[in-house]
Amino acid sequence: MATNVATSDGGERKALDSVVIRFAGDSGDGMQLTGTQFTQSTALMGNDLATFPDFPAEIRAPAGTTFGVSAFQINFASYDIQTPGDDPDVLVAMNPAALKVHLKDVPKGGTVILNTDAFSDRNIARAGYEENPLEDGTLDNYIVIAIEINKLTNAAVEDCDVTSKEATRCKNFWALGLMCWMYNRDRQPTVDWVNQRFAKLPNIAAANIAALNAGHAYGETVELPSGAEAYVVPRADVQPGTYRAVTGTEAVAWGLVAGARKANLNLFLGSYPITPASALLHTLTNLKHYGVTTFQAEDEIAAVCSAIGAAYTGALGVTSSSGPGIALKTEAIGLALVTELPLVVVNVQRGGPSTGLPTKTEQSDLFQAVYGRNADTPLPVVASRTAGDCFETAIEAVRIATKYMTPVILLTDGFLANSAEPWEIPDADAIPDFPVEFRTDPEGFHPYLRDETTLARNWAVPGTPGLMHRIGGIEKDYDSGHISYDSDNHHRMTKVRAAKIDGIANDIPEQDVAIGDTTGKLAVLGWGSTFGAVNQAVGRCVKEGLSVSHIHLRHIHPFPLNLGELLSGFDKVMVPEMNNGQLVHLIRDKFLVDAESITQITGQPFKVSTLEREIRSRVEG
Amino acid sequence: MNVETPVEALKPNDYASDQEVRWCPGCGDYAIIKGVHRTLAEMQIPLEKLVFFSGIGCAARFPYYMASYGFHTIHGRAPALATGAKLANPDLDIWIVMGDGDALSIGGNHTMHAIRRNVDLNMLLFNNEIYGLTKGQYSPTSQLGTRSPSTPQGSVDAPLTPLSVALGAGGRFVARTFDTNQKHMPGVLKAAHAHKGASFVEIIQNCIVYNDGVFDGWTDKKVVSDNSITVEHGKPLIFGAEDNKGIARSDDGFGIQVVTIGESGVTEADILVHDEKNKILAMMLADMKQPDFPVALGVLYNNPATAYDASVHEQLAAVKENTPAGTLNEMLRKGRTWTVSEGA
Ligand code: SF4
Repeated sequence: MATNVATSDGGERKALDSVVIRFAGDSGDGMQLTGTQFTQSTALMGNDLATFPDFPAEIRAPAGTTFGVSAFQINFASYDIQTPGDDPDVLVAMNPAALKVHLKDVPKGGTVILNTDAFSDRNIARAGYEENPLEDGTLDNYIVIAIEINKLTNAAVEDCDVTSKEATRCKNFWALGLMCWMYNRDRQPTVDWVNQRFAKLPNIAAANIAALNAGHAYGETVELPSGAEAYVVPRADVQPGTYRAVTGTEAVAWGLVAGARKANLNLFLGSYPITPASALLHTLTNLKHYGVTTFQAEDEIAAVCSAIGAAYTGALGVTSSSGPGIALKTEAIGLALVTELPLVVVNVQRGGPSTGLPTKTEQSDLFQAVYGRNADTPLPVVASRTAGDCFETAIEAVRIATKYMTPVILLTDGFLANSAEPWEIPDADAIPDFPVEFRTDPEGFHPYLRDETTLARNWAVPGTPGLMHRIGGIEKDYDSGHISYDSDNHHRMTKVRAAKIDGIANDIPEQDVAIGDTTGKLAVLGWGSTFGAVNQAVGRCVKEGLSVSHIHLRHIHPFPLNLGELLSGFDKVMVPEMNNGQLVHLIRDKFLVDAESITQITGQPFKVSTLEREIRSRVEG
Repeated sequence: MNVETPVEALKPNDYASDQEVRWCPGCGDYAIIKGVHRTLAEMQIPLEKLVFFSGIGCAARFPYYMASYGFHTIHGRAPALATGAKLANPDLDIWIVMGDGDALSIGGNHTMHAIRRNVDLNMLLFNNEIYGLTKGQYSPTSQLGTRSPSTPQGSVDAPLTPLSVALGAGGRFVARTFDTNQKHMPGVLKAAHAHKGASFVEIIQNCIVYNDGVFDGWTDKKVVSDNSITVEHGKPLIFGAEDNKGIARSDDGFGIQVVTIGESGVTEADILVHDEKNKILAMMLADMKQPDFPVALGVLYNNPATAYDASVHEQLAAVKENTPAGTLNEMLRKGRTWTVSEGA
């Protein structure tokens, strides 16, 4: 698969289809930044890519410890890829702790780039090594590029007006420079970014750029150990269009803004800081000029309540959090449900229960989304599958919330929120409008008058003359909207609330099959961010002629109308989830199919190889 | 149920909904709602602009008995909902009705933050020092030793003083009145309404079923003159059936004391003059309790600052002026993009 190609710099490079690089270092070493910059260059060079930032919960864990290691993995290729890659081909380890944590993932024969200056006796001991791993044979089966990165960085920035501490801090840019050389990445986007970021500190900007260039020059001039060479990864053959790199957080924010515009409403976000959802608050507060008001509330409860209060006055109410915060919002979500106000609840799921693994990803809030409230409280649940898909699902959540006058739960997760992918930017004008019509006619009005088709109640907002009315958490009379303790009425209202949500199934697309036939031996049924891994695993098997198909849900409540029938066309149904088995129960409950659960609760996304193995064991032989 | 906004002047009754009021006969809430109807009519607030939020408790049924917009929410959270509503539509005239358990126990956090942010809300705390709706448990304002179903031997935890809490949270408008004090209530409510920002009004309310008479020691007609003081900005702090008692600086100069004019050489010149912008004085007045002091009524503190919602909208307007909203396509294409052309 590797051929040598001549490059514009006159050298010869080996062509690769795909590479997985993992940058790892201390949380203070700037690995996320290095990864992000490498991603930008890679995106601009036309490769397909997927990333996986993996950082510790501690902001600045003690230097040199294994629990303070922060990593960023990127998979880029000349073809269509969907996951950040299973195992890294190249590990850049900025200290012994990073080596200790990540070497086990590098297959034998892989490349390890090390900053030897960080391998002091103290750091080696801190990382938990008894001997120096550079000398005791630990690295025997790898291609090792050991470099005194601190020293070389310090020399490179000598002429810049920086302290020695500031000089050493540029070492991540030195490493980035070397990787840019090794994989033929353009440095200019990083230079531009540095100049912009440090516009007020020109000496720091100059030092970072000097380090970047020095790392690049090092690659050009120094002879690398055998096995290590310069590569080129040709651009991917992607659909023509305009692209950008996007994270799930950005895509949710833009999707909510787009949805609000399509509904012709202002957007009000009530939120409270929580990992990994806070970035959504940060992103939306910078979109004020698009009619967005953000409110950092005193707690999770006030966050959702403020959004409900805003919705009551005619805004699109949005609240965002992660599992533990959603738990606190539960009672208020019930209020929005019973008062039938439009509200989008974004849950950026993380490892749980309780505080759990706040910076790691998980899909374990599905039960919470579908069932997690007191009383009979059905709600629409929509799940995003990729960073780019977050844009579409956010718009869909807004559409359902406003059309059906209901809270909608939008499930993303920490992996989607933080990981980046190239995204073909859609034409926003081509997305249909769904403008809200407020009730203004007093004739025959009461607050619980329903649309015959959608069963949504009419929305009359304070300030409208002649439509003064009272709503609240106490059960209301079906025919007048007044308080009612009547038992038959409560039965009827409970039924109509459920029928309204069930009816949404008529207004969503039928379930499609992502890869494979519509019938066969095995259906792999997924939801959320496992999409990439499942799709790639099933894709490989289908290519070999195995009878397996990938079905991926966007609408989890209600399910698409044809889902039961579709699943019945397969001998077996396998449900991989990053939880202890949740969707599998919904499926078994709803369709009485003998679905099998594949679980992984490690805080890490599925590996393609893991899923492939599971599939093969069910359809081969 | 929907009352059309009449062209002619609104009468107190026009603010009442057609729903049957279901408080216990003799409950102080009846007097309060009457006072509110009257005050709103005196101010001629258009019904469609008016929104009443409430949490949970006896008092929280209030919105259902109003002909305005109303939202009966969940326990303790009314200030949070009202904050969102005010931010989303600053033109609305928003009132919150809260109980003592509602505002100071389960919803203490929201009460504190609505006050500290200074959201333009009229916050009415109906303080009856008991949980009525759940059948009589002691509340965070119940006096020490209150016997209740949950404290059969008497409560042992110290009560909060609502106005001290409000002042401590940075409240810019703090006032007190009581249910049957119908002459006094409209003035306080009007001042609260005129104040732009969070206006916190404690309305002492008798729960005839579970805590009857706890305030009689100073609200009863026979003792009210001697055991309460109605403060007015710029007027000396004089009270008593014979108008001969007053609040003066304490001998050590750091506090206040009750004095009698004409006794021990005290003259009217020794009596403090109420200054509604003096926070230290307001804190001392708020904390005055029986039997050593008269209970202070009226506007204890009124020192406006910019309301939160006004500041938020100022920021929004400034951003919109500097960065005019583009199209959605512009939003999506801001930053680094690249184009893949046909056949690339
Ligand atoms: S229980 Fe007390 S506060 Fe509640 S309605 Fe009856 S008298 Fe009023």
